[in-house]
Amino acid sequence: MKYKQDNYRVIQKDTLAKDVFSITINCPEIAEAAQPGQFVHILPPGHTLRRPISICGIDHEKGTLRIVFIVKGEGTKEISKLNEGDCIDMLAPLGHGFSLKKNYKKIILIGGGIGNPPMLPLAEKYGKNSIVISGFRNAEAVILQEDFIKTGAHTFLCTDDGTMGQKGFVTDILKSELEKEKADAIYACGPVPMLKSVSEIADKFGIYCEVSLEERMGCGIGACLVCACKVKKDGEEHFAHVCKNGPVFNSKEVIW
Amino acid sequence: MADLSVSISGIDFKNPIIPASGVFGYGREYSELFDLSRLGGIATKGTTITKRNGNPSPRIAETPSGMLNSVGLQNPGIDKFISDELPFLMSKDTVILANIAGSTSEECVAIAEKLEETDVHMIELNISCPNVKQGGMAFGASCEGASSVTKAVRKVTNKPLIVKLSPNVTNIAEIARSVESEGADAVSLINTLLGMRIDINTRRPVLKNNMGGMSGPAVFPIAVRMVWQTANAVKIPVIGMGGVSTGKDAVEMMMAGASAVQVGAAIFTDPYAPIKIIEEMNEFLDKQGIKSVKEIIGSVQPW
Repeated sequence: MKYKQDNYRVIQKDTLAKDVFSITINCPEIAEAAQPGQFVHILPPGHTLRRPISICGIDHEKGTLRIVFIVKGEGTKEISKLNEGDCIDMLAPLGHGFSLKKNYKKIILIGGGIGNPPMLPLAEKYGKNSIVISGFRNAEAVILQEDFIKTGAHTFLCTDDGTMGQKGFVTDILKSELEKEKADAIYACGPVPMLKSVSEIADKFGIYCEVSLEERMGCGIGACLVCACKVKKDGEEHFAHVCKNGPVFNSKEVIW
Repeated sequence: MADLSVSISGIDFKNPIIPASGVFGYGREYSELFDLSRLGGIATKGTTITKRNGNPSPRIAETPSGMLNSVGLQNPGIDKFISDELPFLMSKDTVILANIAGSTSEECVAIAEKLEETDVHMIELNISCPNVKQGGMAFGASCEGASSVTKAVRKVTNKPLIVKLSPNVTNIAEIARSVESEGADAVSLINTLLGMRIDINTRRPVLKNNMGGMSGPAVFPIAVRMVWQTANAVKIPVIGMGGVSTGKDAVEMMMAGASAVQVGAAIFTDPYAPIKIIEEMNEFLDKQGIKSVKEIIGSVQPW
């Protein structure tokens, strides 16, 4: 099975911050197949289009997936109304996730705002070999810090206004860390301006970098060609699709 | 189990349900979910003579009970379609409708000539794409444009020729008659309705292309009406589409006069939609004691 659509049971729901929710779903076959960086495509009750949400936790033993998302519009608002015991209509796991190399001695994981959730399964995989740099707008928006600390990763936290952690951007911390010591790879998810800066810094230091992108989607599996993003491969520009070719791309391929 | 088979221009379909052009790509992604041979047919993504990148993103937005799209005919071009995609589709034991979406009459002819050399079962000539600046809908908006491109393509193909019509016209039945008189074997309708949404905070259209094609359950009553008017105006078969999402919708579309039904946006809501629609149609027919789906085609009794 590559991916599958069905109704699955919500077994836990928590509010992590204003408009940010965590939902754990019992879906053994999907949890079995899911990889860090992949996403699920959820149908908000009563809607026509599904909403892509990145995977924040994969528990093979319990057969569960965890998603963490922010309410942005009508669709995510409907999804946020689901509670423990409710069914969720999900097509998953989808997309091309992060490449998982075993020999990473030091990997830097960067999450900006609601781009933090997909970094958690990576922190769990690489533990003390990973450095997590989380950035948020302000203290109120901060999520998942305890989860990241539990993984054994070395963690940094910053906020734009300095209300929690260091004042400044994830890129400030990234630069100072790289000046101290190089890393094997940088994996990032967050707003496009942040991803662009991260990818420029990675280039400057000559470090392999993968970024997770977002785009409005239709089918979610690569058939409808709705979620186009510009990439260059073999020197030629073309439109790739975030749902199938991504959401994770080598940062060198992305045309910002 | 009712007999679900239908026949259009000499081509036999095991059932009348066909994923519409655009939503289904070339079927590969959906073959991971179900056996494509269960479908009546597959209408392939609109093909141009050379590769097209399509429009910038965002290319999709949800609307009440529907959606807008502005993909802009992204496709690898006819040669790649024939070499890389068609063999896979032709191995799936279902009817393949190759959708042609040229911007000029000459381009449509060139694509049809290449398809003539293949085993593809039918040609669906798209004269109605609302998302490309030149052509597409330009043909479909007038009887002269529609009939001249149909005539030109008719000359170069012996395959059954379906012409896909735009609803963005004053009188769709007249357009249907004009393509019928130039040798179209069937018509399919409706393509999407031209629509637009604006983000009131940014004052920007939600689609980067500003406008897009509207589809989904919201357009279903319009589609039923146009299929009914067209079926009453022509002798050739009509393939109905527009907002069909349940077996009951498909039955309704056929009662309006459709000989087969295409399913589009519903596949985004539920990737198994075409399969469920086939099962629900069968259930309805069995419950009503109707032996063959052919009996319901055009069976509406108007007041």
